Amino acid sequence: MEAFLSNYEAIIDGFSWTVRLTLISALFSFILGIILTAMRVSPVPLLRGMATVYVEGIRNTPLTLVLLFCGLGLNSGLGLSFAESVEWNVYWLAVLGLSAYTACFVSEALRSGINTIPFGQIEAARSLGLTFLQNMRMIVLPQALRSVVGPLGSVLIALIKNTTVASVAGLGVQEASREMKLMFDQGVVPVIPTFIGFAIGFLILCLPTGYLFGWLSKRLAVAR
Amino acid sequence: MSVLGQKQPTRLFDAPGPKARARQRVYSALATFLAIGVAAFVYLGFNDTWDEVAAAPGQLFSADIWRIDEAGQWSAEKWNPFLDPEIWSDMVLPGMMNTLHAALVAAVLAIVFGIVFGVGRLSDHWWIRALCGAVVEFFRSIPLLILIFFTLAAPLAANQLLGIPFGTFQVDPLTAVIVGLTLYNGSVLAEVFRAGINAVPKGQAEAAYSLGMNKTQVMGFILIPQAVTSMMPAIVAQLVVLLKDSALGYIVAFPELLRGFSLIGTRFNNVIPAAIVCATIYIIINISLSRLAMWLERRNAQRGKPTPAAATAPGGPDAGPGDTAAAAEAEPPESGEPVKRRH
Repeated sequence: MEAFLSNYEAIIDGFSWTVRLTLISALFSFILGIILTAMRVSPVPLLRGMATVYVEGIRNTPLTLVLLFCGLGLNSGLGLSFAESVEWNVYWLAVLGLSAYTACFVSEALRSGINTIPFGQIEAARSLGLTFLQNMRMIVLPQALRSVVGPLGSVLIALIKNTTVASVAGLGVQEASREMKLMFDQGVVPVIPTFIGFAIGFLILCLPTGYLFGWLSKRLAVAR
Repeated sequence: MSVLGQKQPTRLFDAPGPKARARQRVYSALATFLAIGVAAFVYLGFNDTWDEVAAAPGQLFSADIWRIDEAGQWSAEKWNPFLDPEIWSDMVLPGMMNTLHAALVAAVLAIVFGIVFGVGRLSDHWWIRALCGAVVEFFRSIPLLILIFFTLAAPLAANQLLGIPFGTFQVDPLTAVIVGLTLYNGSVLAEVFRAGINAVPKGQAEAAYSLGMNKTQVMGFILIPQAVTSMMPAIVAQLVVLLKDSALGYIVAFPELLRGFSLIGTRFNNVIPAAIVCATIYIIINISLSRLAMWLERRNAQRGKPTPAAATAPGGPDAGPGDTAAAAEAEPPESGEPVKRRH
């Protein structure tokens, strides 16, 4: 274990990038997910269609391909770049890919949350003369958000684990799994303690998140 | 029914009157405009003519800009490889076979793993419960990719740990992908099976015990068959995830579908067409599998056996990290919606 721990700087660095990727992507995917959900339930058929095509399309594409496209298509092909340094440029491209992908799952969770709201409430809101957007903002989304805290926690945990793909799919973002691969390839560290160490690192990130969201979902559940 | 069979949430808004219809037309026009803008940017970008527009926006209206550029990604030359049967028979179809092979083997193994550990978590002996619980939680919480990397490094580990010399055995990428997919999806399926078994009405097991069956018989003849039937949509949905995750094989140079397309992309310098065709193939396969899951769910519902959603309710005793059983969470059982798929 000492040989593994002597690399602690690289490990901490790797996990700090994992956390940065997760938090920023979670924020963007949440915002995009809400917009997509609003579009998917909106009265305008065209918006509904566009959101459905987006969600069904991206959701059924492997994340590896999405991130490859961000690297090869958006960066090399379209010349899209976010930052001067390569390190940050690939970081933002990975955030873009992860957010675009995760937003689909956020949107699916939210849409199922909307299904849990008794339609009487929505009809009551409409009969009071609330417009669609007022209805969404004041009646539907607050309740839907509370009822999908649990599933959103699962989406977040999946996102934490998915950040590992960003290091390898055409982008080469630095993060924990890449550090592990590098250590294996150099052959200098004992493999099993290294693997267990990184696994514990991910357990530390994932387990508390799961319990936090489980606790939150119980606390925030709408009493009916 | 709108695009792709989404149920229309008609009760969220009134049937539009003339004013609302006019407003909707405005929104539709705005959305179309925006979509056309994005599409034009993408088209010109991959056509290698966007730089000229960016330099002089006035050129946007000249036909030269819009003509398909020979060097760009839309030129016929870059799409022709996909009309060549040899490309399909030499690169795409073998890749697809490899993807399906890995996915099929991993699916069978994951289901076995899932049943063993799902039932194990319901064991009467606390140490079996604890052991199975630890295994399931562990493999559910760590990324698939580091499992695959670890499997690939197994010869190195054997060397360091047991002194087995290098070259005694090797782990090929196919094995690594299958092992990773099995452990991860198997532990997710274990939770699905556990939820399904818990959702079978108590009376069933009691009746079987009163007929004189022992615990193994009750599990094997009464509980598991019913759990599998009622959880079928969730199981199929997880198999879609498995199939999609097999694309991670790309990273460890397993010659699967995505790898085949990236080779085509490099050989013909047509990355974008290759990515588009590849994505389309994946989308078609996965949407058909999801349709199968939906059909199974509807069939179950008709037989008066809705997918047990309550068993996996949020915050329930099962709610753990990476909850796939959460698939059915927040989904009212009567909604008739498909079980949501995880990543």
